[in-house]
Amino acid sequence: MMRIALLGFGSVGRGIARAILAKGLDITVTGIADSRSGIIDAGGVDLAAALARKDQGEPCGDPGISPMDVVERAEYDILVEVTPTDVETAEPALSHIKGALRRRKHVVTSNKGPIALAYPELRALAETNGVFLKYEATVCGAIPLIHAMQEGLAGNAITRICGVFNGTCNYILTRMAAEGLTYEQALAEARDLGYAEADPTYDVEGIDAGIKLVILANTILDMDTTLEDVERTGITLLSPEALQLAEDQDCTIRLIGEIIPRAGVLRVSPRIVSKIHPLVVEGTLNAVTVETDLAGDLTFIGKGAGSTETASAVIGDLLYIQSRHVQGS
Amino acid sequence: MKLEMRDRPGQLVAALKPISAVGGNIIAVIHQREAATTAEALDVQIVLELPEGRLEKLLELLREQGVNVVRIGEERLLYECTLIVIGHLMHTDLSDTVSRIDTTGSSEVTELSMVMPAIDSPSSARIIIRSTTRTEMKRAIQILRAVAEQKELLIIEPLEDA
Repeated sequence: MMRIALLGFGSVGRGIARAILAKGLDITVTGIADSRSGIIDAGGVDLAAALARKDQGEPCGDPGISPMDVVERAEYDILVEVTPTDVETAEPALSHIKGALRRRKHVVTSNKGPIALAYPELRALAETNGVFLKYEATVCGAIPLIHAMQEGLAGNAITRICGVFNGTCNYILTRMAAEGLTYEQALAEARDLGYAEADPTYDVEGIDAGIKLVILANTILDMDTTLEDVERTGITLLSPEALQLAEDQDCTIRLIGEIIPRAGVLRVSPRIVSKIHPLVVEGTLNAVTVETDLAGDLTFIGKGAGSTETASAVIGDLLYIQSRHVQGS
Repeated sequence: MKLEMRDRPGQLVAALKPISAVGGNIIAVIHQREAATTAEALDVQIVLELPEGRLEKLLELLREQGVNVVRIGEERLLYECTLIVIGHLMHTDLSDTVSRIDTTGSSEVTELSMVMPAIDSPSSARIIIRSTTRTEMKRAIQILRAVAEQKELLIIEPLEDA
C-alpha cells in the first residue's frame, strides 16, 4: 500500500483521484489540499466524498488546513504536487516540494515552475534525502517523453529535440489552415471549447512551450538554461494568407519548439512544415521528435493536456516509485 | 556546376581526383546513355560545388589528366529556401528588404508571392532565396531576421533536418 498526499484539487488533482477510484489502485490518500482548504486523515481520505464536495463548488476540506500543513503533518510516502504553475517564482509549489523532500518523502509533480526554475537544487535535495523526484507530467501530458529519454534511450546521445509542445496553439493553427479563419476567430473558438484560457498569453506567446524546452534542456540534456535563454516567437501575428501561401506548397505552419544542444539552440517559433511531416498533427495533439545517435529519430504523438491524460503521467510516476520503493522508508 | 565528359576507361577516376584537390564537393555523378550514342560514347555528368575562382585551376588539372570536358554548366545558386514573411511589407520598403539579400552577391531573392488582404492590414509574402552554399544561406536568413526585427516583420522559417 502506498500513501500519497495530494496538493491541488483542480482538473489534474481530481483526474488523479478519479483514476485511483476507477482503477481500484492500491493507493491511500492521507492528505488533500486545494487553494482554500485541506484535509489530513491518516486512515485515508474518502475520495468520492471529497470529489462530490468539490463538484458542488464547496472547499474540499477544512479552511484551517493549508497546503503546507499537509506537507508537514500528513503521513504519506509520496507528495503529489499538482497546483497551478507560476513560471516566475515557482511558488508555492517550490516550498511544498522542498518541504516534502526534507521530510524524506518522494515527490511527483505536474508543476512546471519548480522543475524549470530549480531542478539542480531539488535533485540534490532529493539525492541527499534518498528519495525520488519525478515530473513526467510537466512536459506533453500523457506522452511518456521523459521516461523514454531517461530510461529507454539512456545509452543515446540526444542531438536534437523538436516538436509541437502546445496543444492550444496547435488547435488554433489547425483551424486557421483548415477553415481559413483569422487568428482571432480561431482563438475565440479555442476559448469556447475550453482549450484556451481567458488570458491566452502563456500559450500563444510560446511561454508554455518555452518552459517545456527549459525543463528538457536542464533535466535531460545537462544544460543550464532559463526561459530568458529561449528565443521565442508566438503565433499572434499569423495571418490566414500566410497559411494559404504555405498550403500552396503542400506545407503548413506549426509552432515548433526546438533544442539543438551542441549549437546551444533553444527556440520556439512558427515554422513552415511539410504537410506529410510526422510533427504535423491535428487539433490539440502534441508531437515530439527526438534525434539520437544510436536509435535514430523517434517521434512521439499524443495528448498534451487534459485531466485524465495528465493523471496518466502522474500515476505512471507513482507506480514507478512504488516498484522501486522500500516500504517504511 | 555541371561537368560533362565522354565515358572512356579511366576518365571518371581521373576526373574525381582534381575536384577534391581544388576543394570541390561532388554532389552527384550521373551516367546517362543517350539513344543516339554508342556504348563507347556514354556521357558522364558530374555535379559539383566549387569555391569561387577555382574553376580555371580545376580545368587545367583535368586537362593534365587527359580528361576531355565536353561542356560546363554553371549554376551558382545551388541552395534554395522558402520563407514566409508577414507584416507591413510595402510600407517598410520591400525593395530594400530584397536588396539587402541580393547585395550579398552570394544569395538572391528569386521569387516573391505577396497577398495584401486590405489597406492598412499586414500583408503576407512567400519568398524564395537561393544561395551558393549552405553557409551563405544561413547568412542570408540571418540578414532577413535582422531586417525583420528592425521593420517589425514576422519571419517564418522552414523546419529543416538538423
